[in-house]
Amino acid sequence: MKSGKFWAWVVFIVGAAYFFIPLMATVEFSLRMRRGVHSFDAYQIVLGDARFQSTFLYSVVAAIFTIILGVLIVVPAAYWIRLRLPQLRPIVEFITLLPLVIPAIVIVFGYIRMYGSNSPLPFLGSNMGANALLVIGYATLALPYMYRAVDTGLRTIDVRTLTEAAQILGAGWGTIIGRVILPNVLIAVLSGAFLTFAIVIGEFTMASLLNRPAFGPYLQNIGANRAYEPAALAIIAFAITWGCMSLIQILSRFAPKSANRPN
Amino acid sequence: MTDLTLSNQALATRPAPPNEATAFRLPTQWIGVAPFFIFALMFLILPTIYLVVGAFQRSDGSFTLDNILQLLSDPSISSSYWASIKISFWSAIIGAFAGLAIAIAIVRGGLPNWTRSATLTFSGVASNFAGLPLAFAFLATLGRVGIVTTLLRDVLNINIYAMGFNFLTTSGLIAVYLFFQIPLMVVIIVPAIDGLKKEWGEAAATLGATQWQYWRMVVIPVIWPSFLGTVILLFANAFGAIATAYAFAGPALNIVPIKLYSQINGDVLHNPQLGYAIAFGMIVITGLANVFYIWFRTRSERWLK
Repeated sequence: MKSGKFWAWVVFIVGAAYFFIPLMATVEFSLRMRRGVHSFDAYQIVLGDARFQSTFLYSVVAAIFTIILGVLIVVPAAYWIRLRLPQLRPIVEFITLLPLVIPAIVIVFGYIRMYGSNSPLPFLGSNMGANALLVIGYATLALPYMYRAVDTGLRTIDVRTLTEAAQILGAGWGTIIGRVILPNVLIAVLSGAFLTFAIVIGEFTMASLLNRPAFGPYLQNIGANRAYEPAALAIIAFAITWGCMSLIQILSRFAPKSANRPN
Repeated sequence: MTDLTLSNQALATRPAPPNEATAFRLPTQWIGVAPFFIFALMFLILPTIYLVVGAFQRSDGSFTLDNILQLLSDPSISSSYWASIKISFWSAIIGAFAGLAIAIAIVRGGLPNWTRSATLTFSGVASNFAGLPLAFAFLATLGRVGIVTTLLRDVLNINIYAMGFNFLTTSGLIAVYLFFQIPLMVVIIVPAIDGLKKEWGEAAATLGATQWQYWRMVVIPVIWPSFLGTVILLFANAFGAIATAYAFAGPALNIVPIKLYSQINGDVLHNPQLGYAIAFGMIVITGLANVFYIWFRTRSERWLK
C-alpha cells in the first residue's frame, strides 16, 4: 500500500507539472513586454484595443443568444420526453450526441452550402442572417452539454406530480414550463449555460468561416501578428474559462438533491 | 366461433370515439419535441446529408465516385488524413491512459482530499481550454523565444530546436493536444472509478485474489466500457480540432480539418465537389470510431452479464 501511495504522488506531481509549467510560463511571458522589467503592458494594450472590445462584446452577445436558443429548444423537449414520450429518449440522446461526432467544421460547411445567398433559405444573404446562423451553429455545438445538464436537472424533480399539480390549479402549458419546470431546473440550465459560454466565447472555426467579427478570429489575427499580446490573451481566456467552471461548481451546491440519489 | 368474431366486431366498433380523440390530440403530443426535431433536422442532419450527397456528385449533379477516389489517390489529401488519424489516435490513447492514471491516483491512491477536488476543478477548466489560447500558451512556453525554451538554452545549454523539436510535427501536436485530452479523460473517468465499490475489493481479497487479479477480473471489466467510450470521444475531439493547429502554422499544416478549412475558404483544390468528399471522409472516420465503440461495448456488456 505504501508503494501505491508513492506512485500516486508521482503521477499527481508529474501531471501537475505538465499542466502548470505552460501556464506559469505563459503568465511570465505575458509580463515581459517591457524589456528588463515585469509589466502589464501587454494586458493594457490588449484591453485597450478597440477591436478587442468590439469582438469580445460580439461574442458575449452571441453566447447569450446561443444560451437562450439552446434553452428554448432543449427544455421543452427534455421535459416532454420525461413526461409523455419516453420512447423517444434513445433517438433524442443519439441526436444530441451527434455534434460530438460530426466535427464543427463539417457542420458549418453544410450551412455555407445549404443556406448560401442563392438558396431557398438565404441565411448568408444578409448580415443579420449570418449572425443568426452563427448562433444556430453554436447552439448545435452546445446541444450535447445543454441537453445533458437539463436532463440531469429534470431527473432530480418529480416532473409528473409537478405538472399534474399545476394543471389542477389551472395552469396552461406555457405557465407550466415557464413558471413551474424552468425554475426547478434553473440551476441545471445555468450550469449548461456557463459551459456553453465557455465553449462559444473563443470559438474560431464557425465564426471565421461565416466571416463574423467574433472574438475567435480576432485572437487568431493577434496570434499571427504579435508576440506578447497572445500570451496575455491566453491568460485572459483561461481566467474566463476558470470563471465559468467555478460558477458551475458553486451553482451545483445549490442544486436540489433528489431522494433517490445516494448522497 | 361466430361469437368470437361478433365480440371482436363489437370491440372494434366501440373504441371508435376515443380513437378520434387520440387522433385529434396527436399534434399536441408532439408539439413539445417539435422545435427540437425541426432544429436538429434543419441545422444538424440535413446539412450533413447535403454534404454526403454532394460527395457523390459531379458539379452538374450527376452521380460519380471520382471525388471519393480522389481522396485516396491524391497524395496530399491522403497524407493529411493519415496525419490527422495518427495525431488523434495517439493523443486519444496517451491522453486516456495518462488521464486514467491521474484519476486512479486521486481516487484510490490515498492522497489527501484536496488533491482530488483541485484536480477535478482544474480538469474541468483545462478540458475546455482549447483552441487558440492553448496554442498561445504553448508558444509562450516552448516557442522559439518561449520561457522554457530559453531557460533550457541558457541554463542547461540545451537547444530543443536544434534537437529537432517542432510543434508542427505529429509528436509536437500530440503533446499540445494532450493538454485538453488528459483533463477530459479525468473528468469523464473519475465517476466510473468512484463507482467501484470498496466491497468488491474486500470480497476479492476475502476470496484470496491478489491485487493483480482484483484489477484484471474486477476493475478493468467494470470500467472498460466507459474507458473505451472516452477514448472514442477523445479521438473525435482531436480529429475535428482545428484552431490550435491553425494558430501554430496557419493553413500550411497538412491535417484534414485545416485542408477542409482552406478548401471552404478558397477552393484550393480547384474542385468544389472535393470539399464535400473531404467532409464525408471525416464523418466516415468519426462514425466508424463510434461503430467500433458500440461494438466493443455490447461485447463487454455481454461479458459483464
